[in-house]
Amino acid sequence: MTKEQILYLEERAKEIRKTALTMIYQAQSGHPGGSFSAADVIAALYFHFLKLDPEQPKWEDRDRFVLSKGHVCPALYAALILRGFLPADAVNTLRRQGSLLQGHPDMKRCPGIDISTGSLGQGLSCAVGMAIAGKNDGKNFRTYALLGDGECNEGQIWEAAQAANKYQLDRLMVFVDHNGLQNDGSTEEIMPSGDLAAKFRAFGFQTVEIDGHSMKEITGAVSFLQTQENGMPKCVVCRTVKGKGVSFMENVAAWHGMAPNEEQYRQAMRELEGGAA
Amino acid sequence: MSKQATREALGDELLALGLERQEVYVVDCDVSKSCKTVPFAHQCPAQHLNVGISEQNAVGIAAGLATAGKVPFVVTYAAFGSMRACEQIRQEVCYPRLNVKIACSHGGLTPANDGASHQCIEDMGIMRTLPNMMVIMPADYHAARKLIRAAAAYQGPVYLRFTRDPVEDLYGEEEEFEIGKAKYLRDGRDIAILANGDTVSLALHAAEQLDREGVSVRVLDMHTIKPLDREAVEKALTECGCVITVEDHNILNGLGSAVCEVAAEMGHGRVKRIGVLDRFGESAPYEALLALNGITVENLCTTAHELLEQEGKQ
Repeated sequence: MTKEQILYLEERAKEIRKTALTMIYQAQSGHPGGSFSAADVIAALYFHFLKLDPEQPKWEDRDRFVLSKGHVCPALYAALILRGFLPADAVNTLRRQGSLLQGHPDMKRCPGIDISTGSLGQGLSCAVGMAIAGKNDGKNFRTYALLGDGECNEGQIWEAAQAANKYQLDRLMVFVDHNGLQNDGSTEEIMPSGDLAAKFRAFGFQTVEIDGHSMKEITGAVSFLQTQENGMPKCVVCRTVKGKGVSFMENVAAWHGMAPNEEQYRQAMRELEGGAA
Repeated sequence: MSKQATREALGDELLALGLERQEVYVVDCDVSKSCKTVPFAHQCPAQHLNVGISEQNAVGIAAGLATAGKVPFVVTYAAFGSMRACEQIRQEVCYPRLNVKIACSHGGLTPANDGASHQCIEDMGIMRTLPNMMVIMPADYHAARKLIRAAAAYQGPVYLRFTRDPVEDLYGEEEEFEIGKAKYLRDGRDIAILANGDTVSLALHAAEQLDREGVSVRVLDMHTIKPLDREAVEKALTECGCVITVEDHNILNGLGSAVCEVAAEMGHGRVKRIGVLDRFGESAPYEALLALNGITVENLCTTAHELLEQEGKQ
């Protein structure tokens, strides 16, 4: 990765945050906290790693992306708008009746969504199914899944992890957005995550732990793990900050699912534009 | 009359389909011996997954496979397929209308000696409530094979229910079936018995006995409860007036409820439901469990006479 590439991805992450916030502000509904903690990983995937064709969203050799924590779809929708899957004015339609941009991702409506999600804990199983199909068909596509740390409360995540190990899905990569907060409070208070990296390692994943807001670390981890054709599924535990990029949202559980008022929106956009947290 | 279990048809037809079509997959949940998919596993190994005791995961994996053009059948027991994985079926199969089939053996009270934990009297009602879902229960081996084939040919979610015990062969190998189209097994004008699955043969035996007693009975095999063959139900209500439904399922939300919905909207015709009386089973012989709930030839005949009397037909 060159310094210019890193700067470009950082700028894309900034645009994703601004676009996602605008959507949530327009809708007066949505999930800014997790959208911001996941924005850097989503930027790295959509503007560097994923092999996609916006003209052919269903291209069968495309890389797959499963947003298992479906509620942070504003960040994903922002990436799809910026990548040309969706028209720019879609930004005004989040959660509106008849919109492509449902409150949680709907694969039947929205181009570029590989699977409908929203009910937590289910996306990793779907990603495993996609990766098995790709492997059996001799395809080269990769499958990526983004999970929340709160989502890892769900037992099905660990059922899916066992299957990823059994079927030796080394082209499957899981990101855990480890921001330490869930809907009702801190993960430590609600349901302690423990050592998530150790847990995924115990389930047979080749796992690295990084700063999920460092574009250098994200791209370094993904690039490295992609070279590891060893039969092991991959996991990147991303230490992140919920609400990252907006001072009054950072590490505040209340911003999990709350829309800003006009004053908050203007301040947040100023902070995101300035890059100051 | 020869007897075969519908779960045998599940194993045989999936094997036939798997050998014909590389995109047909089976996702097993550690009950492949009981569900008869072991030959598929051996002869179509590249299309077979056994994900262990993880039904929710099995449904999610099947959904992922379906997005890549596969036609996966998730195979397990009815209790676990329809309830343990219910919300996964809703979110990842029905909502995106993916081409996933949930094919469950051990429906109804047939896992009799296993007790209430393994018996399943709720599944048809639960699955019927999910938008985009089709719900099918074949009455014999040949019907099961044809309906499995039809489900595989249909693009979208299907719930298929099979049972443990051998049931009488009612159809020949050549009989054709259409999803959503009831089978007229016997025509009659006094009363109609609408049945599905293992209870269809009970309905036929009851009809024979009633015929000897001078009652003319229509018998319909309602192998699909969603979409329900509304036309056949309306004709039964119009032409016979009296209808008895019989099913190895809770009397709530299954075939009987579906028929009552039509009758209520039509505003005429009498319906009497026979089925599991909204209570859990226990470990016991299958026939004993059926008898406890009145799912018997005798009760069908008694109910028919009572209904005809109440309607002034006798």
